[in-house]
Amino acid sequence: MIIVWLVPYLSRWRVFDVLDSEIEHLARSLQRDPTDVELALVSAEWSEHCSYKSSKMYIRTLPQNAPHVITGPGLDSGVIDAGDGYILTAHIESHNHPSAVEPYGGAATGVGGIIRDIVSAGTRPIAILDGLHFGQIDSDRHAAWLLRDAVRGIADYGNCLGIPTVSGETIFDSSYTGYALVDVAAIGFGKRERLIYNTASPGDRLLLIGGPTGYDGVGGAQFASGALESEARSAVQIPDPFTEKMVLETILECRSHLKAVKDLGGGGLACAVSETADALGVGMQIDTDKVHTRKAGMTPSEILVSESQERMLVVADDTGAEVVRKSCQKFRVNCSEIGTVNDTGTVKVYSGDKLHASIPTQVAAHAPQLRWPTIRPKSCEDYTSMPPVSDYTNVLYQMLTGPYCASRRWIYSQYDHEVGIRTVQKPGRDSPLLRLDNGKYLAVSMDSNPRHCQINPYRGAMGCFEEACRNIRCVGAEPVAMLDHLQFGSPEDPNIMWAFAQSVAALRHYATRTRIPCIGGKVSLYNETDNGPIKHSPVVMVLGLTDTLPRIRSPANDDILYVLGDVKSEMGGSLYHSIGDHTGGICPGVDIKSSIRNGQAASCLVREGAAHMVHDVSLGGMAVGVSWMCIDGSVGCDVDLSMASGHLAVQSTLFSETHCRYAVVVSSDTESDARRIMEREGAKYSKVGVFGGDTISFADRTDTVCCLEIDVVRKRWQESLEEMTQRG
Amino acid sequence: MRVGILVFPGSNCDRDVHHVIQDIGMEPVYVWHEDSIPQNTDAIILPGGFSYGDRLRAGAIASHSPVIKSVRKMAKEGKPILGICNGFQILTEARLLPGVLLPNDTGRFMCRWTRIIYSGRQTPFTAKMPMGSGVHIPVANGEGRYYADENTIQDMEEHDQILFRYVEDVNGSTDRIAGVCNKQGNVVGIMPHPERAAEVETNPYDHRMARSIFESLEGV
Repeated sequence: MIIVWLVPYLSRWRVFDVLDSEIEHLARSLQRDPTDVELALVSAEWSEHCSYKSSKMYIRTLPQNAPHVITGPGLDSGVIDAGDGYILTAHIESHNHPSAVEPYGGAATGVGGIIRDIVSAGTRPIAILDGLHFGQIDSDRHAAWLLRDAVRGIADYGNCLGIPTVSGETIFDSSYTGYALVDVAAIGFGKRERLIYNTASPGDRLLLIGGPTGYDGVGGAQFASGALESEARSAVQIPDPFTEKMVLETILECRSHLKAVKDLGGGGLACAVSETADALGVGMQIDTDKVHTRKAGMTPSEILVSESQERMLVVADDTGAEVVRKSCQKFRVNCSEIGTVNDTGTVKVYSGDKLHASIPTQVAAHAPQLRWPTIRPKSCEDYTSMPPVSDYTNVLYQMLTGPYCASRRWIYSQYDHEVGIRTVQKPGRDSPLLRLDNGKYLAVSMDSNPRHCQINPYRGAMGCFEEACRNIRCVGAEPVAMLDHLQFGSPEDPNIMWAFAQSVAALRHYATRTRIPCIGGKVSLYNETDNGPIKHSPVVMVLGLTDTLPRIRSPANDDILYVLGDVKSEMGGSLYHSIGDHTGGICPGVDIKSSIRNGQAASCLVREGAAHMVHDVSLGGMAVGVSWMCIDGSVGCDVDLSMASGHLAVQSTLFSETHCRYAVVVSSDTESDARRIMEREGAKYSKVGVFGGDTISFADRTDTVCCLEIDVVRKRWQESLEEMTQRG
Repeated sequence: MRVGILVFPGSNCDRDVHHVIQDIGMEPVYVWHEDSIPQNTDAIILPGGFSYGDRLRAGAIASHSPVIKSVRKMAKEGKPILGICNGFQILTEARLLPGVLLPNDTGRFMCRWTRIIYSGRQTPFTAKMPMGSGVHIPVANGEGRYYADENTIQDMEEHDQILFRYVEDVNGSTDRIAGVCNKQGNVVGIMPHPERAAEVETNPYDHRMARSIFESLEGV
């Protein structure tokens, strides 16, 4: 499909979005007044989006090393050893500001950017994930429109590339009203010997390949670094997945001849050149007249900061450059030789003979760090409890059929999730499984919980990490790496910066204790609308591996339900409170010992075939977790709540979102094996129910407190999301 | 059995078909759309994807690729030719198969599992499939709604050219048609993806029938 946008007007370069102190810093470093082109270059490179100037000091503290982590200079993605001579690459990013203005183009180009990060390591992308956060689509037509178009954007782009979108998450919350978080992640796979270890030596050539450079996306990085102004439409990029596919095949075809590859993303050529030169310890000289442009008459500044899509910077020696040109010819990809590598340690920008910029790479690629103050806010945790609800059946029905828990099939059926023939566990369950060429299977999960994080950012962020690991365990895999995406409001607000620091501390603590290295991440700040900042929205993605393909099946009549892990009364930020319009309370915390123990028990149950299905207990608590299993198997279940907790109030046992818990389905044949495994791993468990009949029924001993007919709820659960999206 | 897999700019199921052909024990060979088909190629598969990014119409531009000349020649010689998804679209655009493929009635791309039933004549791709067999198979397309006018359908029925029908209405296709062949029976087009359903691991139901579409070539 070809998409042509009429960009309403093209904002000429007019204001440099650089702090006065930064201009002074630049002038001091250069020992002269910077030129306009130099200002344009640093305003892109020193934007929050590209420079991490407010966050670097925090994210640097995340544990990044492990024996299986492969590191190298200037890699756009995290790389791990998958065994048997194979590697996996992974990266996560968001396209929030563009997607809030133009959801189709914003989401699509978000996919494009993340794919190029994977390709630049010389690996073929094998999976895409999407994290979508919108306003309340059940009542907000604008949010429904945003969701519809963002999903279509991701679908059109990923499908055309032939990369399956296999998993993700969708969250609705009123703090995103008028806004959108569109996170995209991608995973690549390839032979270790083909990994492009970035290097460059003087005399190497710089080639710019891919789509032409145009006015679209001029100033995009700065746009993404400020609060949202919806007139800023020219800063949104235009997607062209067909060109991306050709660029991808070009790079992969000639990967063994390339010395370094860099995606042109936020900050365009300016960032790609200065970051690559800095990472590889060389100087680079480019001529903007050599860049193939969409329109004549672009100034050097505009060419430097344009964020036109589907472009990559390649470093190659003379022979390599010839190979690249040939491949580009084969795939009809534009290719310009725009400059050379030298040993000056300086980035120089010419147009023809005229020198426009000359900045030491160390200056260009390293924005002066900002240290924003952090202040702990007046606690969001208050102890007022929600007034009791008389009808739990109605609450559970609203949860299952409302936007929060309704089936995501309307979304993932628009994504080609089968292409590549690796998807052996299909979307819709806790985690997909992708088969790898070395006989292993990859599990992956992306999770966030803004309601928990808003109440207690430390507990909330650790909970996201734990939940992503739980999903990995549910298919029998072991977590091997994590990536984080920290999305917050303005760092200039000391309360927000405090929450940011707390979140990073929590991720660091959990990663250290569980020895899951952080192999990449992204920070997105200034996520604010007219109504204020979004809720704290860190997203955690975890990759897991297993040697065994589990035999997972839906629950059936006479299967037995166990719950692994203890429930506590932790109702703060729960779906139960959201539905009751109540805020406050204590949000769930993570007991790391239980997390490890229960997690190991869960994955052993699946791998050893003792459980037919293991499902994580999270949003909506045990009530939603068990109902989901019943819907999956079209079978009822009788649950005795008194077996699951000792003495907690009914609503807590039903709806508390305590972490480290799993619902486990066993049959009479496997029950003793399952108990043996849970005991062996030292996990706490209780037998709580039996599957059968046509109702999902929760009783407190003999009193039925909540009861739903499976057929009725199943139909609404399947259809409601699509209906909500069609209203916008 | 050497099977040529045509690769157009934007094909994206070429590697999947290659994998399955190899898995079955035949010899797959990629053929770039500007190159000529090697002399000793026994059969041709046009894989799915988005040739030329579906610009103009799905399959329209690829149907004018240089390689299509050789495909026409092989079709005339009676060699087995299979178009899957976008490959099917290319074959209809090239008029090697009757009918057209229109945007789905939902207006959306759709990826899901369904079942198709085999009836109609024997072809090189159905030789090992008993008449009336059900095939568990996924569809993944935006323009997969098969359409042909009444006269064409009647003519196709007379020649037993309608090979596969969906068991349910997935996208508004005329008579639920999922796959057809030419009058000679050697050129076959199918909208769902047999290569995604041809292994135990990838097919959550039963992979044997989808696999037999490729295995049938062994008997040619």
